[in-house]
Amino acid sequence: MTLLELEGVTASYGPVQVLDGVSLSVPDNGAVGILGANGAGKTTTLRAISGTVKTGGRITFDGKDIRGLRPDQVAALGIAHVPEGRGTLGDLTVRENLRVGAYLRKDSKAIEQDIDYCLDLFPNLQERIRSNASALSGGEQQMLAVGRAIMSKPRLLLLDEASLGLAPSTAKNVYDAIRRLRVESGIAMVVVEQNANLAFTLVDSATVLEVGRNVLTGTSAELKGMDEIRRAYLGG
Amino acid sequence: MGTFVQLVVDGLSTGSIYAAIALAIVLVNQATGLINFAQGGMAVLAVYVAWVLTNEGVPLILAILASIVFSIVFGAVVERFLMRRFERGDPDTAVVVTIGLLTLITGVAGWLWSYNNQQFPSLFPLDTVQFLGVSVSIRSIGNTVVIIVVMGLLQALFVGTKLGLALRAVAINPESAAFSGLPVGRLLMVGWGLAAALGAVAGALVAPQLTLTPGMLDNALVYALAAVILGGLTSPVGVVVAAWIIGILENLAAVYVPFIGFDLKVAVPFILLFVVLVVRPQGLFGRKSVVRV
Ligand SMILES: Nc1ncnc2c1ncn2[C@@H]1O[C@H](COP(=O)(O)OP(=O)(O)O)[C@@H](O)[C@H]1O
Ligand SMILES: [Mg+2]
Repeated sequence: MTLLELEGVTASYGPVQVLDGVSLSVPDNGAVGILGANGAGKTTTLRAISGTVKTGGRITFDGKDIRGLRPDQVAALGIAHVPEGRGTLGDLTVRENLRVGAYLRKDSKAIEQDIDYCLDLFPNLQERIRSNASALSGGEQQMLAVGRAIMSKPRLLLLDEASLGLAPSTAKNVYDAIRRLRVESGIAMVVVEQNANLAFTLVDSATVLEVGRNVLTGTSAELKGMDEIRRAYLGG
Repeated sequence: MGTFVQLVVDGLSTGSIYAAIALAIVLVNQATGLINFAQGGMAVLAVYVAWVLTNEGVPLILAILASIVFSIVFGAVVERFLMRRFERGDPDTAVVVTIGLLTLITGVAGWLWSYNNQQFPSLFPLDTVQFLGVSVSIRSIGNTVVIIVVMGLLQALFVGTKLGLALRAVAINPESAAFSGLPVGRLLMVGWGLAAALGAVAGALVAPQLTLTPGMLDNALVYALAAVILGGLTSPVGVVVAAWIIGILENLAAVYVPFIGFDLKVAVPFILLFVVLVVRPQGLFGRKSVVRV
């Protein structure tokens, strides 16, 4: 079953149109990558899904048309957006950030268990649980951003360049944890990455964007085998 | 010595009024990033509501409670139908809009109730009590205590409740908050409503002293802004302490520094402000903005 479907999605910032008919299909429990150079429209595609940019075309989630909904309404349907730049709440502690993530939930006992799960997934956060998010390292902030997203018990996670600005080993740690999350929870994912090597450790298939359009779509195995992908995104 | 203690207690009392308005300004600023110059005007409007009700025979305490409820609704309506369209835009425009709102409220209040000074009944008796061997007015003590209690409640709301956590989250990063499902628009309305309620309390406490006029809180707003800058925009406790310092210094300077007197005492907070900002640009308690990459 398809969980998320984008068909001919356009998006614009004021008068400037930056998406020109993007398509994307994410099956239940699936993970789909969006690759592409800087400015290709990867972030904007995620913003179109989460309702933070003016959008045209068709976006359906679980069979329901979600285009034009407010971001909090999209979140309430079970879509958690981990934005580029992490979006952690700097003046709140790690625990408070996680609690904000669970804002829509009423099951306070399960919330505590899920906080423990986050800390198990990202042990670095355990020691920093009382620190303000602004005092965390970049890697820890990224872990917290993912943690806050999964505290809402989403069905779909939107991840925007989770490796950006991190040392390679830290980026690998973050992706290892997200892969474990995927295996254990079955949360579907849309994974935006410039680092295609990392993305292919997580996703089953991917699409490549260029100036706001899909130029290539395929399974991870197909794409990894293509010369142009290797040259442009895999460093040889 | 007796005069000194009396002046300090009175200073704390007026300082508490500035503190309440300053906290309202901080609350709105934290939530929306703008300074609401109409905060004092909105408070005056609330006092007029209470005044009209007492004239109709409603007991004072009920009239004030009703004016607080009115303020919550009025603050929320102002956010939803006026400020909402300016919040994400140019901050300068938004500030001009709040100044326009202040002018509008003052004009409407003057038109409805005239610019004459109206007597507003005091919540506290005008008697004095002996305290540390000197007599201080019950009203000054009462005002200070009420504001301290209100601040305590506010603190408890922000630190101890889910609503408070949500308000703080929206203030820090509305987009991130929305990604976690927080209804940002509704929470902003709550923030404006709470700020307006805070102003209403301050207005009701200070009205008996100043007598009620449409411009009653114009001076207090200026002092509150001084407290906001002095205390640091990010520190509620700092803002309250700064407001108290301003209230006390203003009173002491008027009496003890001959050339200042009562005419020039309005300048005191600004001399203080100038000195502090030269030494500590982030205010007495504010944090330097640190950007992490
Ligand atoms: N807030 C904005 N206002 C105007 N243009 C924007 C804005 N954000 C992005 N853009 C433009 O939209 C295009 C796509 O950007 P983006 O989706 O961020 O690309 P990517 O995430 O692939 O690097 C770029 O040309 C960028 O300059
Ligand atoms: Mg991007």
